[in-house]
Amino acid sequence: MATPLLEIIGLTKGFPGVKALDAVDFALQPGEIHALMGENGAGKSTLIKVLTGVFPRDLGESRLEGQLIAPRSPGEAESLGISTVYQEVNLIPHLSVAENICLGRQPTCFGIIRWGAIARRARAALARLDLSLDVSRQLSSYSIAIQQLVAIARALDISAKLLILDEPTSSLDRMEVEELFKKLRKLRDGGLGIIFITHFLDQVYEISDSITVLRNGCRVGCFATKDLPRINLVSHMIGKAVQQVEALEQKRASTASIRSEAPILEARGLGRKGFLQPLDLDVRSGEVVGLAGLLGSGRTETARLLFGVDRPDQGTIRIGYQAVRFNSPRAAIRCGIALTPEDRKVAGIIPNLTVRENIVLALQASRGSWRRLPVAEQEKLADRFIHALDIKTPNREQVIRNLSGGNQQKVLLARWLATEPRLFVLDEPTRGIDVGAKAEVEKLIQSLRQEGLGVLFISSELEEVVRQSQRVVVLRDRRKVDELTEGEISAEAIMHSIATHNLERPAA
Amino acid sequence: MIRVNPKYIPLLATAVVLLAVFGTGSQLYPNFGTPRVLVNLLNDSAFVGVAAVGESFVILSGGIDLSVGSMVAFVGILIAKLLQVGCDPFVAMGIAVSVGTVSGAVMGCLIYFFDLPPFLVTLAGLFCLRGLGFVINPESIGIDHPFYSQVLPQLSILVAPKAVLPFTAMCFLASVIVGTLLASFTRFGRNVYAIGSNENSARLMGLPIGRTKITTYALAGCFSALGGVVATFYMQSGNPASFVGLELDAIASVVIGGTLLTGGVGFVPGTLMGVLILGLIQQIIIFNGTLNSWWTKIVIGALLLVFIVLQKLISHRGERGAIAGR
Amino acid sequence: MIDWISDLLFWIVFGSILFFLRGKRIFWTVGALGLLLLFNQFFTPGFFHIQLLDGHLYGSRIDVLNQGAKVMLLSLGMVLVIATGGVDLSVGAVMAIAAAVSSRLLVTEHQPAGVAIAIALVVSVLAGAWNGMLVAGFGIQPIVATLVLMVAGRGVAQLITEGQIINFLDPTMVYLGNGHLFGLPFTLTLVLLMLLLAFFLVRRTALGLFIESVGDNDEASRYSGINARQVKFLVYTFSGLCAGLAGLVACSNIKSADANNIGLYLELDAILAVVVGGTSLQGGRFYLIGAVVGGLFIQTLTTTLYARNVSSDISPVPKALVIIAVCLFQSESFRARLSRSVRPPGRILKPLASRTPQNLSTVTPHDSRES
Repeated sequence: MATPLLEIIGLTKGFPGVKALDAVDFALQPGEIHALMGENGAGKSTLIKVLTGVFPRDLGESRLEGQLIAPRSPGEAESLGISTVYQEVNLIPHLSVAENICLGRQPTCFGIIRWGAIARRARAALARLDLSLDVSRQLSSYSIAIQQLVAIARALDISAKLLILDEPTSSLDRMEVEELFKKLRKLRDGGLGIIFITHFLDQVYEISDSITVLRNGCRVGCFATKDLPRINLVSHMIGKAVQQVEALEQKRASTASIRSEAPILEARGLGRKGFLQPLDLDVRSGEVVGLAGLLGSGRTETARLLFGVDRPDQGTIRIGYQAVRFNSPRAAIRCGIALTPEDRKVAGIIPNLTVRENIVLALQASRGSWRRLPVAEQEKLADRFIHALDIKTPNREQVIRNLSGGNQQKVLLARWLATEPRLFVLDEPTRGIDVGAKAEVEKLIQSLRQEGLGVLFISSELEEVVRQSQRVVVLRDRRKVDELTEGEISAEAIMHSIATHNLERPAA
Repeated sequence: MIRVNPKYIPLLATAVVLLAVFGTGSQLYPNFGTPRVLVNLLNDSAFVGVAAVGESFVILSGGIDLSVGSMVAFVGILIAKLLQVGCDPFVAMGIAVSVGTVSGAVMGCLIYFFDLPPFLVTLAGLFCLRGLGFVINPESIGIDHPFYSQVLPQLSILVAPKAVLPFTAMCFLASVIVGTLLASFTRFGRNVYAIGSNENSARLMGLPIGRTKITTYALAGCFSALGGVVATFYMQSGNPASFVGLELDAIASVVIGGTLLTGGVGFVPGTLMGVLILGLIQQIIIFNGTLNSWWTKIVIGALLLVFIVLQKLISHRGERGAIAGR
Repeated sequence: MIDWISDLLFWIVFGSILFFLRGKRIFWTVGALGLLLLFNQFFTPGFFHIQLLDGHLYGSRIDVLNQGAKVMLLSLGMVLVIATGGVDLSVGAVMAIAAAVSSRLLVTEHQPAGVAIAIALVVSVLAGAWNGMLVAGFGIQPIVATLVLMVAGRGVAQLITEGQIINFLDPTMVYLGNGHLFGLPFTLTLVLLMLLLAFFLVRRTALGLFIESVGDNDEASRYSGINARQVKFLVYTFSGLCAGLAGLVACSNIKSADANNIGLYLELDAILAVVVGGTSLQGGRFYLIGAVVGGLFIQTLTTTLYARNVSSDISPVPKALVIIAVCLFQSESFRARLSRSVRPPGRILKPLASRTPQNLSTVTPHDSRES
């Protein structure tokens, strides 16, 4: 067998308290498009960052064309022949296309830049991708798809052995993706090795030759794409063998419906271009609707559209029987919606404020700036929730950033419970928290259901979704592909839907 | 319909304003449009202009330099004092420029290595240099040196009948040319633009952030010091109490010249135009006689506002076509 | 004899206050002030000397209270602005405008002092609202937005005074900056009143919580339903009010309105006072009393230098050193380099129980600094 273009053996990398990569092996042949897949925390990003020298490795080695390499910075990796194009297209928006391609390596004559040469070089680099642009135009005047191709052109111009693409298609539409794939195929046929990180299942099967799946820092396996059925891929990523699934299902929550006929949420054709394809979604009082799908399938996007963080450009939302339009979270909160966001560090906790202040924040916000909750009431409220949710904190004046992730999450839940919402959207509420806390959160969700709230429960952990939900909406690649009702819900069924379903039956 | 590269729009706006101001002046006052007035304009704004060239680089990189005015005053009194004790003028100027460059580099190091806000660090520079100027000499010192009184006046060029371009103006124009070359024709200059536009991307692209940032502030210090040197030519004296608020004029010139205060966008020739606009406004007000000098500040403030809002609108449109991410 | 008893009394009171504050952030600010005063106690003869003349107290410490009133007033407004993550560069110019308006109304328009003061304050509130509109309404960066008024404001003030320095003798106006109440300067009363007002405005309503929330994590605050725009608008407006009052005090001090010099560079002193008082420039938690004490500290520094015959022209140099020292102290990179053994590992701060770090999508400066 020919020497692999890239060979990684036993790569290990740990951070305080966490092992991001555990003896991972990886091999890439020249002239191959190799997909790297994995759910949250699988280690894909870390693998790339260690490979390109952003982080130093703990153990293991990498070889490029048989030679041992150990770059200490992305710049060094580039000079060795490995270039990375990130999801955010890390280029300079205000400079021209030509400049972006040559930045840092401009041809000079006694220190003076030769602009003519830059333009020529840029055009040549783009020509490798069959792309012809006005290279003197500002980069930001072009669409993301084109900017990405420029980023790829730059990467190739620097070094043309191995190209790493980190989630390149997240912001592209169908046609742009096809264009990109056409060019990638051409590059591959020319001998380039491409590592393609993505979570879009359909695309993986469309473009890649091989797939490596990571899970929790370990390599699950490397497969030839054409030999791997989709259901197997999904089960590898989630970590559950299809047959074993039944054994892992625990006692399901009481399916005796407490639902009244009152719909709390009725979304029809809700969507936003490039963000989420139009979908229908219902949540009734006393019902838990699970939103299942792989990372990036559109679950958080749905939550954001419902909460007014992003504005939909099509579709309608009805709360109760009233049609509403949210242009900010404040409006959504006023209608009785609560959202615990996926990323609690960025959009959730106010890190330097105390537990008490974090808990009362949303309730206070709904009362406005002038009608302050008396401190005694705030303290009572905080104590009530600290007790009810068993939040482990020395006292209510503890600064929240010192709490563990699980307790921080509980404080966020408390914050929203205090507003007594009608619809509770929980985006990955159990992420990064310990088993005990998880169980408590699940108990909480059930008690909410008993009280007649509607709950939209988003989680990557299938068993959780299965345990909690009366209905499950399945998403894939930013669109709704299936809806499972009582009796149909099982982890296996969800996985099948994710893998293959194409919404043959009408939405419930 | 000619399609204009959007990056040139602020520059065009500046040019339009410049022409408008100049046109207004010429219409109102018959002697306004003469070469002599123009030459005087260049002379009067020379020291601001030189300093503003340095300020342009700092602002382009996404930072700010508040120490400019103090540096000009400091250099002025330093040179005057050195000349007073018998130092050779070229040595004195050399010392002054070196001091300026080093102090700029020091500020750059503090900003880069410790992540300190440029605003506060250069503010400290403002205070420090201002005080040190008084340490050198508590009062102004007149400059009485043959170089200044005899050589300098001869270094001017006759550009038109009755219009002599003095050496100060030549320094100004030379600074603009050097600044433009640096900004548009060296890797350093392009790195400055890149960092100002998106520092994170610049880092990921492997550009030398530290080196570039420190050099930028050192360069600004150098130009401010040069501005101080030119100021001694102009004032024929050094005064530690002078040029209070000069940094505001420099910053205003840069912004009105089409450079985004957030960095990444702008041109050094734009700063030249900005300085000229400021000078012209002042001239119009002087010519008028009835309008008072405070109108200068108000008009400049209004111009600033217009350009800031214009920049905001442009960057809004740019953002929609730009990098989206999640 | 009387002197050292009163000094002892002072130190006992000061010491107990310091003791009472131990463990709180403001301890350091008061401590720094204490060190400065201690230095003066031993090395500056006459600094602690207090006289009682005509029922008024006089002495260096009283001077500090009186002269420092302007900065303390400004810092009350500035601290709230900085807490939201912004800055207000225009306060010096607004001071000049307030001084100009009040003097003009008083002298040229022959209005009673009450009217002059009231209108001056209204104008300064409007100036603050203007800034608030630019920042909160148009989303313009605070440095940029307030720069406009900083530049134009003095021109407006000079326009109002028509380039003259307007002198006045109106007893009410003069009392503002020079009068005494209960033996102490009236300006002290003004500062305390504004402090009380600020206290009620932010600590007795939810506004303080919202300000800290917005400054600490703007996005999470919006997710929680806080009207960040309203909060920001209000703090700039309040800053304008504080600047207006400071301007009135300033012109009262010199019994005239000098549009060129009133408040010159005072915005920088105010920012410094806020930072010395414990509030971070990034925003978030703020300390009202800390800001006021910070202003006291700066004024004490100035007065100390003056008392030691350091020319007031040179006094900016120690100020510069203080700025750098405070910045370094607040800078994480500096503290990290100082304790070299502990290198902060970028953004990976999740506790042990959680899964792999998620926020590794961008490179952290410490990890990839090119050599």
